[in-house]
Amino acid sequence: MGTQLQALIVNMLEQGALAGFLGLGVLISFRFFRFPDLTAEGSYPLGGAVAAALLVAGIDPVLATLAAIAAGMVAGMATALIHTKLRINNIVAGIIVMTALYTVNLRVMGSANISLLSVRTLFDEATSALGLGVHSETAVTIVLTFVLLALAGAALAWFMHTDLGLAVRATGENQAMIRSLGVNTDRTKLIGLGLSNGAIALSGALVAQDNGFADIGMGIGILVTGAAAVMIGEALFGDGSIERWVIATVVGVLIYRFLVALALRVGLAPVDLKLITAALLLLALALPRLRAKPA
Amino acid sequence: MTHAMLALHGVGKTYGAGTVDVVRALDRVSLTLSAGDFVTVIGSNGAGKSTLLNAIAGLMLPDSGRIELDNTDITAAPMHRRAALIGRIAQNPLETTCASMSIAENLAMAVQRGRAHGLRRAVTAARSAEFRERLAAVGLGLEQRLDARVGTLSGGQRQAVALLMATISGPRLLLLDEHLANLDPRTATVVMALTGRLIAAGQLTTLMVTHNMAEAIRWGNRLLMMHAGRIIFEIGGAEKSALTVDTLVRRFHDASGTVLIDDRVLLAS
Repeated sequence: MGTQLQALIVNMLEQGALAGFLGLGVLISFRFFRFPDLTAEGSYPLGGAVAAALLVAGIDPVLATLAAIAAGMVAGMATALIHTKLRINNIVAGIIVMTALYTVNLRVMGSANISLLSVRTLFDEATSALGLGVHSETAVTIVLTFVLLALAGAALAWFMHTDLGLAVRATGENQAMIRSLGVNTDRTKLIGLGLSNGAIALSGALVAQDNGFADIGMGIGILVTGAAAVMIGEALFGDGSIERWVIATVVGVLIYRFLVALALRVGLAPVDLKLITAALLLLALALPRLRAKPA
Repeated sequence: MTHAMLALHGVGKTYGAGTVDVVRALDRVSLTLSAGDFVTVIGSNGAGKSTLLNAIAGLMLPDSGRIELDNTDITAAPMHRRAALIGRIAQNPLETTCASMSIAENLAMAVQRGRAHGLRRAVTAARSAEFRERLAAVGLGLEQRLDARVGTLSGGQRQAVALLMATISGPRLLLLDEHLANLDPRTATVVMALTGRLIAAGQLTTLMVTHNMAEAIRWGNRLLMMHAGRIIFEIGGAEKSALTVDTLVRRFHDASGTVLIDDRVLLAS
């Protein structure tokens, strides 16, 4: 039982840290911009696809990962442009880009799946750079990813307190007001959705490198995963400040991963996972409402 | 002669053109405000008061005519372009503040009005000190609550924050669109007194739409009466100082041929 719990916790930390960027990305679109940005379903596998294709082509893992972030940002900006310039509903704009990305991802990868077992990933490089052996790679992955996640979280919190960050937040809450103060909301949406999908693509790129493969189907249901994590964090820690929101999201991702790992361990099949995710999201959505009801 | 801060030349707006329900919301309205003018606007239901303000603020584009602000044609300028020049408050304070953000954050956004939004920290110690000072002058105790979310404030407090936001960066023009209408009478008096102080302190050119006749008479140096999309008369100077509600109602009747009907017009103060 002890080793089982240990395995569960290690799995939670590893998967949770990797998905932490997804949580932060969804926090931006889902909470600050207040709409479910389905671009995530395409930008997450796009991150995996770009990183994997570049790694296989012999590109440095750091560059490959940065390229994945850039690709995700472009995807988010495409959604923002479709929404702002063509005045298409933001959810529909996300669906359009998500659909287009399916083909893009297949083209980038050249097939539905790329194995990374024969190439050196970011985590391989970090492990050997530290002079550690293969058996330490999981630990290195967890530590490295948490360091990156802490940096990303701090950067996001810092950004949301700048003049531009305030304008981005206000764009999601009260567009007419922030426009009347002279902010071009087309631009803040471009920035916000770019950042959001850049973070989500980073998650995809890291997960692919950790798993040892990128797959065309890796993004299915990913928005719901991110939203569930955001809401679990919120339900437990509230949303008192930006810092608290960011930390709550990361903790929410960890808890979500723990629950998923637990569900699989008690005998549920991987095919049941999406149903579990949907149930968790429903629970996280319903919990604050049930609590708010007078007794 | 002081220069014209705001000039409207034959501004028109028609809704439902070509249908039986055609409404001429603005009927070739021409109007000039000199720098420092404080003009109150009153009128019957659907007179076009809010449409007039919305055309100036850029919330809707007129069908005809020209609008100049400080000698610049702004008729078709998008809202975010006029922002540096115009402060505006609506009837509902929800419209011009961000509920989930703090008082300090809302004011910081207002300080940046019309300026580039960069990566500098929005709420600095220096800005907080300035906000505290300005809030103290409001007299509602808000200087103690800089980090409170605006959504937790009462309607009057929120409208006071909105007023500070509209005036903090010294706009060329202040538009008040029935900004007291949602407040209880006592709070309305407090917020209107604050409005008067801020306008005087900043020597702001102001256009204030109200449905309260006593208020329209008491405040400002000019009063405009609107009816059916037109300015039917204007009262200023000594005549305005001596004006009473009764006189105003009679003059409206003489000019429009109808009785002043607005279910919200207050005949008494």
